[in-house]
Amino acid sequence: MHPTAESLEKRFSDVFLASRESLGDLSVYVRPEGALELFHALHDMPEYGYDYIVDVTSVDYPMDPERFEVVYILYSIPRRHRIMVKIRIPEENPVVDSVVGIWRGAEFMEREVFDMMGIQFRGHPDLRRILMPDDYEEGYPLRKDFPLVGKGWRDSFSFVPKFQGGPGSIEGKTNGSGPFLPS
Amino acid sequence: METENLTGVTEDIKRQEVVLSNLRQAVLQNLDSSIQTDQFLLNMGPQHPSTHGVLRVLLDLDGERIKRSVPDLGYLHRGTEKIAEYRTYNQIIPLTDRLDYVSAMANNYAFVRAVEKLLQLKVPERAEFIRTIVAEVQRIVNHLFWLGTQALDIGAMSVFFYTFREREELLDLFEVLCGARLTTNYYRVGGVESDMPQEVVDRLYRFVESFESNIREYNTLLEKNRIWLARTKNIAVITGDDAVNFGLSGPTLRGSGVPYDLRKFEPYGAYDQVEFDVPLGTNGDIFDRYWIRIEEMRESAKIIRQCLDKMPSGPFMTEDHKVSFPEKGRVMHNMEALIHHFLLVVQGFKVPPGDTYCGTETPKGELGFYIVSDGSGKPYRMKIRAPSFVHMGAFDHMAKGYMIADIVTIFGTYDIVMGECDR
Repeated sequence: MHPTAESLEKRFSDVFLASRESLGDLSVYVRPEGALELFHALHDMPEYGYDYIVDVTSVDYPMDPERFEVVYILYSIPRRHRIMVKIRIPEENPVVDSVVGIWRGAEFMEREVFDMMGIQFRGHPDLRRILMPDDYEEGYPLRKDFPLVGKGWRDSFSFVPKFQGGPGSIEGKTNGSGPFLPS
Repeated sequence: METENLTGVTEDIKRQEVVLSNLRQAVLQNLDSSIQTDQFLLNMGPQHPSTHGVLRVLLDLDGERIKRSVPDLGYLHRGTEKIAEYRTYNQIIPLTDRLDYVSAMANNYAFVRAVEKLLQLKVPERAEFIRTIVAEVQRIVNHLFWLGTQALDIGAMSVFFYTFREREELLDLFEVLCGARLTTNYYRVGGVESDMPQEVVDRLYRFVESFESNIREYNTLLEKNRIWLARTKNIAVITGDDAVNFGLSGPTLRGSGVPYDLRKFEPYGAYDQVEFDVPLGTNGDIFDRYWIRIEEMRESAKIIRQCLDKMPSGPFMTEDHKVSFPEKGRVMHNMEALIHHFLLVVQGFKVPPGDTYCGTETPKGELGFYIVSDGSGKPYRMKIRAPSFVHMGAFDHMAKGYMIADIVTIFGTYDIVMGECDR
């Protein structure tokens, strides 16, 4: 076990779930409750010193009971070490604590995760859509049940050519139509 | 008749002078009681020549001072991450060209490195050198483009002509190398698409030889130019701590004196076999970031020369035929080779399940790819960590308190490209 993961497990035994090392990356799985304290420690304690936020992103596993995985990629410039902190959350209550209070650069990253996957960040100062239009109501594009050709919107334009059978169905069960749907 | 007209004119002038002096007095009186400026909201963009794409910013102004700015992104959002989930890995390489279309080679490099990390694939030595050379040529191309447009934004037109002269020469080299100038699609998982011909090597040597004097030429136009200095010194200052906290990268971060450069921190390619320095700024203002980019061009030229000297011979593509295509001549005559080619095109190569993040030092900053693989020929999820997007997060912080005319220079100092920002 990586020494950083070991000391995290000791210090945050009720939040820490597991750790994994693969391809030279250290991944740490934690519970959503109490994760904010762990992030504070990762940033503030010189033992960890993860002062640089690389990215906040998310992955959708529609078949799992805990559907979404929020991934925080952090880097420590003094220690030259990278860590990935992963939090699993269910679909019914996709909420995690915002880390904007720790790394201000997370503001736009979390807004993008909200925009693309519909994950809420508790305590975020300005949680709005960022890449999609503000009034976009057709859902969250990067979820696995969102069809590649889009849904709703383009049907309302009469000049847009219709594909045979229309765009993929809403529930992720594609009906094999459209030029770009998965084989 | 004429004299009558003339007297009429002089009387007119006199009357106007009286009106003007009254006005002047009124203004002076107002000045004494301190001018009250109104606060108002100004919309800038999305169509504006200096936003380098389609960026919209809402500005909360107090007179000419910026009180708050809210960037509104997404006008160039094409859903690259979503499309990538439906494409094989080789099909994604041309998509990355369209992210940061000013430095397509660097994007290719960042993507193929992430896939190679997932595959744990060893790239031949010669390919590593070619990749490093091309990446550094791209850095020079990008910085030349940046320098020309940044000066153009401020109003110095002539710099543009000089920098584009050299940029043109390098783009011609790209054309010899891969047939395209901007959307290059040159890197492959496991190597590069074609070998570097001797013609390119010779021309690169010649370019590097004369480049130092070219840089001096650009600097004569700017270094002691009073307008340039007034518009760049002490504008958009950000401290090193703040820059790290905001996640800035590349020259924007190093301008504040933070020595974060992935080429040094996590050496890849041939960077551990060449000597180069990472220039660092002290004030964290626009001038420092300009100086850093100039110095980086010098360092890039140094790296190119060393790599050309040391370049080994050998294959330019991996021998691992799970990812590399069979030779075209064999495909036409050999059934097995044809099937092999067909499978690689239709299904793509399989990538073992797992996830990884791989960051690369592109000219604009840290371009990272976070790829989740489910073991198939297409990525399950691909996240692009685009430096321009992260830099826009710090825009409000860096623009606060400066004049409205500085907005354009602050856009420029990030070296922002909206194709990468909105993806």
